[in-house]
Amino acid sequence: MRIPCPHCGPRTHEEFTYYGDATVRRPSSSSPDAVAAFYDYVYTRDNPFGLHRELWFHQGGCHEWLVVERDTRNHAIKGAVPARDVFKAGESK
Amino acid sequence: MASRYSIFSLLRESLRGHRGWTPAWRDPEPRPAYDFIVVGGGGHGLATAYYLAKNHGARNVAVLEKGYIGGGNVGRNTTIIRSNYLMPGNIPFYEHSLKLWEGLEQDINYNAMISQRGVLNLFHNDSQRDQCVRRGNAMHLHGVDGELLNREQVRKLLPMADFDNARFPIMGGLMQRRGGTVRHDAVAWGFARAADSLGVDIIQNCEVIGIRQDDNGVMGVETTRGFIASRRIGMACAGNTSRVASLAGLRLPIESHLLQAFVSEGLKPLVPCVITFGAGHFYISQSDKGGLVFGGSIDMYNSYAQRGNLPVVEEVCEEGVALFPCLSRVRMLRSWGGIMDMSMDGSPIIDRTAVDGLYLNAGWCYGGFKATPASGWCFAHLLATDQPHDVARAYRLDRFATGRLIDENGSGAHPNRH
Amino acid sequence: MSSRLAQGGMINRQQACRFAFDGAEYSGYAGDSLASALLANDVRLIGRSFKYHRPRGILSAGPEEPNALVELRSGARREPNTRATDVELYDGLQATSQNRWPSLRFDVQAINGLFSPLFVAGFYYKTFMWPASFWEKVYEPMIRRAAGLGRAALEADPDHYEKSWAHCDVLVIGAGPAGLAAALTAARTGARVILADENFALGGRCLAERRTIDGQPAADWAAQAIAELRSLPDVRLFPRTTVFGVFDDGVYGAVERVNDHLPVPPEFQPRQRVWRFIAKQTVLASGSIERPLVFGNNDLPGVMLAGAVRTYVNRYAVLPGRRAVIFTDNDDGWNTAADLVAAGGQVAAIVDSREPVIVSELSRRFPEIQAIAGEVTGARGGRHVESVEVTSRSGTSRRLDCDLVAMSGGWSPTLHLTSHKGNRPRWDEERSIFVPDMLPAGMRVAGAANGDMTLGEALVTGFRQGLTAAAACGFSGSMPTLPRVTDESTRRVPLWRVRQASGKCFVDFQNDVTADDVELTAHEGYRSIEHLKRYTTLGMATDQGKTSNVTGIALLAQQRSMSIAATGTTTFRPPYTPVAMGALAGHHRGMDFRPTRYAPSHRWASELGASFTESGPWLRAEWFPGPGESAWFAPTCREVKAVRSAVGLCDVSTLGKIDVQGPDALKLIERLYANNFATLAVGRARYGIMLREDGFMFDDGTAARLAENRYLITTTTSHAVQVYQHMHLCHQALWPELDVQFVSVTDQWAQFAIAGPRSRELLQRVLDPQIDLSNQAFPFMAAGEVRLRNGEPARLFRISFSGELAYEIAVPGHDGDSLIRALHAAGQDLGVVPYGLEALNVLRVEKGHVVGSELNGQTTAHDLGIGRMLSTQKDFIGSVLGRRANLIDPARPRLVGIRTVDRNAKLAGGMHFIPQGAKCSIEHDQGHVTSVCYSPILEQWIGLGLLTRGPERHGEKVMVVDPLRGAEALVEVCSPVFIDPEGARLRG
Repeated sequence: MRIPCPHCGPRTHEEFTYYGDATVRRPSSSSPDAVAAFYDYVYTRDNPFGLHRELWFHQGGCHEWLVVERDTRNHAIKGAVPARDVFKAGESK
Repeated sequence: MASRYSIFSLLRESLRGHRGWTPAWRDPEPRPAYDFIVVGGGGHGLATAYYLAKNHGARNVAVLEKGYIGGGNVGRNTTIIRSNYLMPGNIPFYEHSLKLWEGLEQDINYNAMISQRGVLNLFHNDSQRDQCVRRGNAMHLHGVDGELLNREQVRKLLPMADFDNARFPIMGGLMQRRGGTVRHDAVAWGFARAADSLGVDIIQNCEVIGIRQDDNGVMGVETTRGFIASRRIGMACAGNTSRVASLAGLRLPIESHLLQAFVSEGLKPLVPCVITFGAGHFYISQSDKGGLVFGGSIDMYNSYAQRGNLPVVEEVCEEGVALFPCLSRVRMLRSWGGIMDMSMDGSPIIDRTAVDGLYLNAGWCYGGFKATPASGWCFAHLLATDQPHDVARAYRLDRFATGRLIDENGSGAHPNRH
Repeated sequence: MSSRLAQGGMINRQQACRFAFDGAEYSGYAGDSLASALLANDVRLIGRSFKYHRPRGILSAGPEEPNALVELRSGARREPNTRATDVELYDGLQATSQNRWPSLRFDVQAINGLFSPLFVAGFYYKTFMWPASFWEKVYEPMIRRAAGLGRAALEADPDHYEKSWAHCDVLVIGAGPAGLAAALTAARTGARVILADENFALGGRCLAERRTIDGQPAADWAAQAIAELRSLPDVRLFPRTTVFGVFDDGVYGAVERVNDHLPVPPEFQPRQRVWRFIAKQTVLASGSIERPLVFGNNDLPGVMLAGAVRTYVNRYAVLPGRRAVIFTDNDDGWNTAADLVAAGGQVAAIVDSREPVIVSELSRRFPEIQAIAGEVTGARGGRHVESVEVTSRSGTSRRLDCDLVAMSGGWSPTLHLTSHKGNRPRWDEERSIFVPDMLPAGMRVAGAANGDMTLGEALVTGFRQGLTAAAACGFSGSMPTLPRVTDESTRRVPLWRVRQASGKCFVDFQNDVTADDVELTAHEGYRSIEHLKRYTTLGMATDQGKTSNVTGIALLAQQRSMSIAATGTTTFRPPYTPVAMGALAGHHRGMDFRPTRYAPSHRWASELGASFTESGPWLRAEWFPGPGESAWFAPTCREVKAVRSAVGLCDVSTLGKIDVQGPDALKLIERLYANNFATLAVGRARYGIMLREDGFMFDDGTAARLAENRYLITTTTSHAVQVYQHMHLCHQALWPELDVQFVSVTDQWAQFAIAGPRSRELLQRVLDPQIDLSNQAFPFMAAGEVRLRNGEPARLFRISFSGELAYEIAVPGHDGDSLIRALHAAGQDLGVVPYGLEALNVLRVEKGHVVGSELNGQTTAHDLGIGRMLSTQKDFIGSVLGRRANLIDPARPRLVGIRTVDRNAKLAGGMHFIPQGAKCSIEHDQGHVTSVCYSPILEQWIGLGLLTRGPERHGEKVMVVDPLRGAEALVEVCSPVFIDPEGARLRG
């Protein structure tokens, strides 16, 4: 697999560390249902059969966390953007 | 009724051109309704159906398989059985499984070539040794066999291992002699044949595409072969668990990941038992046919593709050659991939779900094969009685919420690290 | 008598190669394969089959060979299961037959053939079950000895392997006519082209067929094409290179047999090299593989594929038999008859299974050959074919004497690589072949691999696909004038099996799977093609069914009365042909299995004779033996005592170090650590703990505030990378709004612990004398920048892992060696000792500090007695889930100290706690011992452990048991802090 790093160009995925689902959002720790919300955030996953937005860290390159959009059925990668752009925009899934 | 297998029936048939064998299982049309439906015709699903019929007298049971039976992980694993676990929730279950393996062939009248050749976990430093001792002692406290081998004992067993030029020298190993290997396909076929002979309908090419519910819970499944009604439905779908569960609106603590496995060309006997390499993630054994069967880590990214990429292939070979330098000229014949239902603590789930009558058997990570008989046994118990079986009591779905996790290697909620 | 033709072939008759097979000496030529050289020397019996140990010869001339497997070379270089058809002959080659005993000619296990009525598909699933205990003891050892094929070497492989990467615009796989054509048109556009072929000679079927291209021999056309490709700057030719796998995003795995054509690789040269070709576009021109016909005893040596016969005759100038019978269901088989006759061989008859009208029509074109419309029902012979039974369509049978049967069941496209990514081929009913359907992105197929079977089609599709592939990469060119080639006919009426056969009819030769086995399997209900494969082992041999799969599918389809299209195929998986594990491992073996990281003091420690141990990727000193000291015990005790009484030096550079800067540095640190850092003043350090978001312990370390907006944090050695990634994740994905930057500086700084009551004194001697180290100026947990006596900058931290008055001093990595030497030299009169990991461990156990054995990912801060540190005033990673009742349950196993009641008793890590007097069983398991040591200060074994309700049980006596090794001891539970619980010494 080759991940199109926005900083480094297409690089083999061995250079990256996989983290997982990029669509979950850390809940507020002060809300009354915080424990339930954190349970969902930490433990449950859509685990889609198809497009998956996921976090990869370019450990062997720019040290950027990327949100990669990839199809779990065939590993086809649609694109990769810096995670900070996605999360700064406050974009939800 | 299927013909009984024995040397006598084999001799008899050999004299008449093997024309008298009956099919190992029927190919029935689905009935409109069943008392129990098991979704998934893999090892766990078929074992569940068998024990539902055998232990609980259920006679109206269907196994629904979207492809052909035994086509998933039961036919794609590295065939290892063992009960050398660490955590209290795990040992009794896997030991129950090992005991079932020990009597399985006579029970189901099918030779699955269960071979208790031993499973040896190598350790390479003091801290790994202490972990092996902790685990070995936990096994002993459960009445499970285990032996600590020192370096010289390991050397005697594995003279071809690298003792002189190794980056991580072998210090010793934890041996479970009752562990070993099984001919994996035969497990699916043997359970299928035995279940079929007790009246279980095994329905292949029948994919579940919907789960119908009413106020009382689950009503049945929509399939590619029409609606089939049942008030007790068990999901044993391994890597496809999340997909099937989502049909009932469930979101689970599971990710699907890809595990590759490998076999070498056939060789005369070389590797005497199952061996795991402690300085990485590598396991190897030799099949009766002579192929070295080996594997390593999962590919690390979510996948349903049943095929992997080169980095893991190379890493696994690096570890194999580091352990046994003579493997360098042995050729890898074939690689393949399976989809693992990786749970958030690395341990399985056998439990009810939020939908009444819909039960879950999942989260086997890449340890599902050895669990096959006990998983079927316990899941059948749950389906039949609505109560968890004693040895599977820890495998509750709510443990992720409560924090009663069964995290064997302490990796936390990262499915790809278990 | 030699079967070598007097002239012709692509061999170099000036260069003879002597070789040995089963000890007998033979001679061949450079350009021979081992198989062709054996045939030239009339060696026909090469091996034995897997199950029945039937005599086997040479079936094919390529990678599909199921029969002619040998052990090549000897000793540590022995390579079992090597296909004689693929081995390039070299002078001095040694090969041995395999899977036979005592000899190839007289193999006692051939007796299995007598039991073949019993040994049908899957027979072993039905028997060997009684008595149960006999499986491991009797049946299985017997089966295992009989099974397997060749013997692996037992010694370490002396050869070396490499891995390399190459990028290109167009990768062309296969250098036959289609591949050469594709490479030519692609390369002429200026695209970067890689052309790889598994054979040692490029040219493919151009080398094997008597065909002309533009009036010249096809081999000459190929030579010109290769010469032109060689002349182009951006073309790389890879002969002896098998592309074995297709992976995601244009990644192709290939293995180059760099020096397998030599007895031993030249010095400093690898044996093989694994390539990753990264291709924008690929043209697959992998040709096709001929199918055997299924008739009685079709496995006898002397029964060969018809196309292979042509290869031996035309390319290697070898006549594989004096008198041949051709058996075909297609037109191409007739070419073999023609080539044999042209080479001076005798053709007894050509037996064509098709309608007599087709046979007579062809017969008119080959008037010199006797043609029979009918079937070969069986071959006869002992270790070699001597005759065949032929039944004509009219029903008459006759026996024809022959020593060669050339059979052709048509050709299957070699489309494996089109399917590695999960695409299934499509059945083309008209041509009776599977053809590629959906292709991996960027791949196109040319020539026979695509079902375009004639030479003319191969050239046209090759040229076109090469051009389109280059165009897809942005290069333009034009189609060349198409060369003139003669017409060919590939008509076929498939004959999947001869019904009235006499003798066993093999489908999979190596695994001894017969047509009857296929039918029995379907009859028993194993009806999926995957079930067929798994139940019979059809297609699971070393050739992975290259000659057998299609026939097996067709027979299953017939048995089930289904179409072949609906029956489908099994899955094609990498590798295309088997690849040596050593090649895939490359340099990563032996001591180079993984990189070794050396601490800055490594050379100094080596000079002192330190013993080293692996600590993750690091090599760290574990102890420094003094005069007369041998094992670990004496030096460790001496080092511990020296630290407690004088001063010791220890390299702690392996701890992770991360430099955090920016206006929001504190905010980030507050959210990462579970304890409070808001009150940490500049110039001070604090112990910190990090949780995972699930509330369990993640890591611990210190954070020092170097300036208002600058912190230096340390991590454990083992979690250095994980913590660093975690910090980036938190910053980039959770709180991208924070204005903070950080970088790992683990390698940039050498850091040494100076521990012991005389550490201040020693430190003073290497620091700038102006620096005040008094308790007032530089108290416990102070941190700051200092200068060495030579003026160089350094960082100083007053932190203590040992519990003594202690400092850690850090200097730029390259100054580490000189600093440790300076410290060691300066402290001689103070009694300074270097200490290693073992002493470090004793010191920390005595002090109750936790490390990896306690921070094992299963414990909470509460378990480790530091739960009170968790802040309730702030949000931090793990703050919510860490509060769950089960994580703070007092009944959990929690950290305690233990000391043996009998001062002479020993302890071991991994022992379990059992109440005194209780039975040694799981109901009474109360946790385990995490760390132990012999304390030379307390003069007894002590330890740390996780004991149920531990902190409530100080003073209680419990058993620690080690049933694994039959040991136990009575211990007293105590505080985990054994030494100086008030902390007076570290503040001293």
